[in-house]
Amino acid sequence: MIKSPRLWTGLAIPGTTWLITLFAIPFYAVACVAFGTIDPIFRDAAPQWNPLLWNLDQAQNILVSLTSGPLRGVFIRTVVYVISAMILSFVIGFPIAYFLARHAGKRKLLLLSLIIVPFWVNYLMRMLAWVNLLSPSGLFSRFMSMFGINYNWLDGSPTTVILGLVYGYIPFLILPLYATLERLDWRLIEAARDLGASSSEAFRLVTVPMSKAGLAAAGVLIALPMFGDYYTNDLLSRSPNTEMLGNQIDFYLNNSTQPQNGALLVLVMSLFLAIFMSFYLRSTNRFAKETVK
Amino acid sequence: MNTDFSTAKVRNKLSPLKLLIWGYIIWSLVPVIIAVAYSFNDGRSRSVWQGFSLRWWFTDPHASLWHNDAMRNAITNSLILSFSTMLIVTPLGITLAIGAQRIRGRSKIVVQSLTSAPLITPEIVVGAALLLTFTRLFTMIPLGYTAQLLGNVTFSLSSVVIIVRARLISIGSSFEEAARDLGATSVQALRFVLMPMLWPSVMASLVVVFATVIDDFVITSFLSSGIGSETVPLRIYSSVRGGATPALNALATLLVLTSFTVLIIGLFGLSTWRKQHGERGGLRAALADVTQMEN
Repeated sequence: MIKSPRLWTGLAIPGTTWLITLFAIPFYAVACVAFGTIDPIFRDAAPQWNPLLWNLDQAQNILVSLTSGPLRGVFIRTVVYVISAMILSFVIGFPIAYFLARHAGKRKLLLLSLIIVPFWVNYLMRMLAWVNLLSPSGLFSRFMSMFGINYNWLDGSPTTVILGLVYGYIPFLILPLYATLERLDWRLIEAARDLGASSSEAFRLVTVPMSKAGLAAAGVLIALPMFGDYYTNDLLSRSPNTEMLGNQIDFYLNNSTQPQNGALLVLVMSLFLAIFMSFYLRSTNRFAKETVK
Repeated sequence: MNTDFSTAKVRNKLSPLKLLIWGYIIWSLVPVIIAVAYSFNDGRSRSVWQGFSLRWWFTDPHASLWHNDAMRNAITNSLILSFSTMLIVTPLGITLAIGAQRIRGRSKIVVQSLTSAPLITPEIVVGAALLLTFTRLFTMIPLGYTAQLLGNVTFSLSSVVIIVRARLISIGSSFEEAARDLGATSVQALRFVLMPMLWPSVMASLVVVFATVIDDFVITSFLSSGIGSETVPLRIYSSVRGGATPALNALATLLVLTSFTVLIIGLFGLSTWRKQHGERGGLRAALADVTQMEN
């Protein structure tokens, strides 16, 4: 190894300082606002910078609201929407990634490029495209009404929001899935087949266990932004009936006089997702170790 | 490898999968193509076709993309924000990637976890945290362009580090060691041996950061302050559900065209570089570079 630790430390310092100042400290600021007080004159949140003096009253109110109050529905809805969208994404995305990695043959580069295209199309443009199609005079609505289905797709329909999430995030699932499957040692699957396993047995007993870590990592990769999403909902529904946690955070921080609630919900979301994050880190580490072997 | 016989058998069985993949491609692309087509609509509607015109792109004296002040303002803001973020974050990310990979001891763990944390944090959390920081702690930084710039640099720093780190790993340390054996100082080895070899990852970073920032909505929106810092995605967001004209589709189309232009320039540059330097891979390796697939 090259010895000159001072040079390497020097190179790491600017980026690290940046992240401490604008990533780590802001997290602390969120906690200080969340556990601060309300200014009695301006009715604004007054952050408490000393952790010894943190005030947990409002945190308690929010937790009560999340477990048995008005926020409970929002929280459950967020989890249900994200899980449904994840399942759908896997059902559609896994076979596609599998086909690309295993059987695409000569067309591989073409298919791969076409699948990468949505990556580079702005998310809001992709939502705008669906708003145009789903609006009452839109092509999709008119097509459906030919079959007698007259439905306002853009007014608080959970189906629209879940499908919107799938549409929005599935490209970010397919590519890592493909990368995982492409790296598999397919000789092992052939060996299983040679030893008498049926193709479904080989898939269940060899392919899935070998790609499990990669699958989990890819799943978490889209679960995180889905949990924090609020704009898909805003664009495709705009109704309180489909509101998710992200919408509440956006509301409290940008359109209300109670930023403290917003800060608390940010903390709740971060804590909830920390479970997923640690899972992701562990599975990618394990995956890295396995591929090194 | 399989025998010809068995691959032929497999291929026949796979037609439902083939159908699914083409179905998926159509589903993912056709709505966008329709939205692009409607930017050329002659009427005010974004969903009923009334003939072809360039009205919403150029000819309408007030509402067209070319003449509308709010849209032009958004385009300018987007370009300035993307270019300036790109210029700051690329050197910051390259140095951080090299440093993080090579420092030893406890600080290595701190630096590496700090670097990967933004990747597993939802954007809304970063946006909310920075909003509270700029409004209550670093109050010398006003919301608007400066805050958006700092936020976007923070959020895209990790992707630069990932791209550069992948390249560092594939280069290895033998070239630098050879330079050191031949009498170069570590700074010279870094400057004259490692830096030129890092070039593809620099290009990939520039492309990825530009595309991420020009498309960014959450952080840019949380840290914006009114019309003065409205970018194209913000403009789209605020007008989609209103009675916007097809000029909005034209604006969104322009945004997509911009990302693709940058992507194509980047891919072209990357594959040319690889060819000139005798590295394998061509277009596919270039695609892998910018989609961060093989890291």
